[in-house]
Amino acid sequence: MALAKRIIPCLDVDKGRVVKGVNFVDIRDAGNPVEVAKRYNEQGADEITFLDITASNEDRGTTVHMVEEIASEVFIPLTVGGGIRTCEDIRRMLNAGADKVGINTAAVFNPDFVREAAERFGSQCIVVAIDCKRVSAEGEPGRWEIFTHGGRKPTGIDAVEWAIKMNEFGAGEILLTSMDRDGTKNGFDLDVTRTISNAIPIPVIASGGVGNLQHLADGVTEGHADAVLAASIFHFGEYTIPEAKAFMAAQGIEMRL
Amino acid sequence: MKTIAVIDYGMGNLHSVSKALEHVATDQKVVVTSDPEVIRNAEHVVLPGVGAIRDCMAEIRRLGVDKVVQENIASGKPFLGICVGYQALMQDSEENGGVPCLGQFDGHVRFFGDPLVDDNGEKLKVPHMGWNRVKQTGSHPIWNGIEDDTRFYFVHSFYVEAADQSQVIGETRYGKTCHVALAHENVVAVQFHPEKSHDAGLQLLKNFAEWDGKSA
Repeated sequence: MALAKRIIPCLDVDKGRVVKGVNFVDIRDAGNPVEVAKRYNEQGADEITFLDITASNEDRGTTVHMVEEIASEVFIPLTVGGGIRTCEDIRRMLNAGADKVGINTAAVFNPDFVREAAERFGSQCIVVAIDCKRVSAEGEPGRWEIFTHGGRKPTGIDAVEWAIKMNEFGAGEILLTSMDRDGTKNGFDLDVTRTISNAIPIPVIASGGVGNLQHLADGVTEGHADAVLAASIFHFGEYTIPEAKAFMAAQGIEMRL
Repeated sequence: MKTIAVIDYGMGNLHSVSKALEHVATDQKVVVTSDPEVIRNAEHVVLPGVGAIRDCMAEIRRLGVDKVVQENIASGKPFLGICVGYQALMQDSEENGGVPCLGQFDGHVRFFGDPLVDDNGEKLKVPHMGWNRVKQTGSHPIWNGIEDDTRFYFVHSFYVEAADQSQVIGETRYGKTCHVALAHENVVAVQFHPEKSHDAGLQLLKNFAEWDGKSA
């Protein structure tokens, strides 16, 4: 009897459509977010993450309505990220029906925002997203740095130290994305996942690079992740959530079947 | 039309609870309110809550929700506490350096401990976040149609230790044995989030909405 590891399908939403950039170039349309979320809910997903990658602010209203619609029909935890910069943004998403919000860039530029948000809304709803790249050379001990702007801008911040700091500031969970792996289908960066997961008491969600079911299992068994996030392998029907769960359970991982 | 009142004391996300109740109790009206009169007139009452217990209890007392809870429980109507709304019904909590609570159940809210380890000595994460099994240790109408050991969604760093084992109707193992569902007369309360627990959670809420408040 134990806590189950979670599978979290991620919806990257641009202008009201689910998209997935393969290596950030070829953006493929994967449907209406509400329909996609309902499908994953029916399949037995453990949570859903909705990432608003819309560049312009004027389309944010669409996101709020979609979150409202999803929350009225999907009764599993829903995390909403993308463009969360103020407590007002958080309030709006929670009122729309999100259970947790993902804070990314805003945390890097203003770490106190995480502290303020956790104090006001509770740690349980504050997910700090960390986008990192390996900066150590081959053969050197692993070192990872935080990057912003879709992986283009280095910040000089060490990812492991940052995760420890975000835990101290009240984050309830870490969504860890390897920008080296995102979109590659080569699997998670297991080293950084394990290093961070072992360094902090709060759960870590592994993200970036899933191409097959073994990658999901490896995220848990070798990366020590508490949850695994994937997008394209589910969106385009390569695998279903029940297939992924059965596969992981067969390797001895505790799952909610 | 009968009414289910979800008590609003300004803490956390009540949307999920009310949406889930609306989904299962289609012939009942669901209102999110802090108005004592509306709550008094409702047939069912739900006390939800997320966040820190100190802030929740402060708002509960400031808005007079403590009296509303007491009065509605005494009236014999079906009453459901969820998560922090569950913990608030205990005697006290160790969170935030010790906070007195409403004392509807003889129980204490304890910290999971640091480090917390499982039965094999493996370190466990705190908060206890995700889907864990609930052992139905007592029969109750809210378990109707829900299999024993079904998984529900949890998010909490403190757990309830009840003094009266006869009130415990659900237990979960996470480093410790946590009492995650308690029942006494017309009151039932759960640590997990039924509104986020997919089909089993919706079934539990439906059972509550149909319950007349009489034990078993």
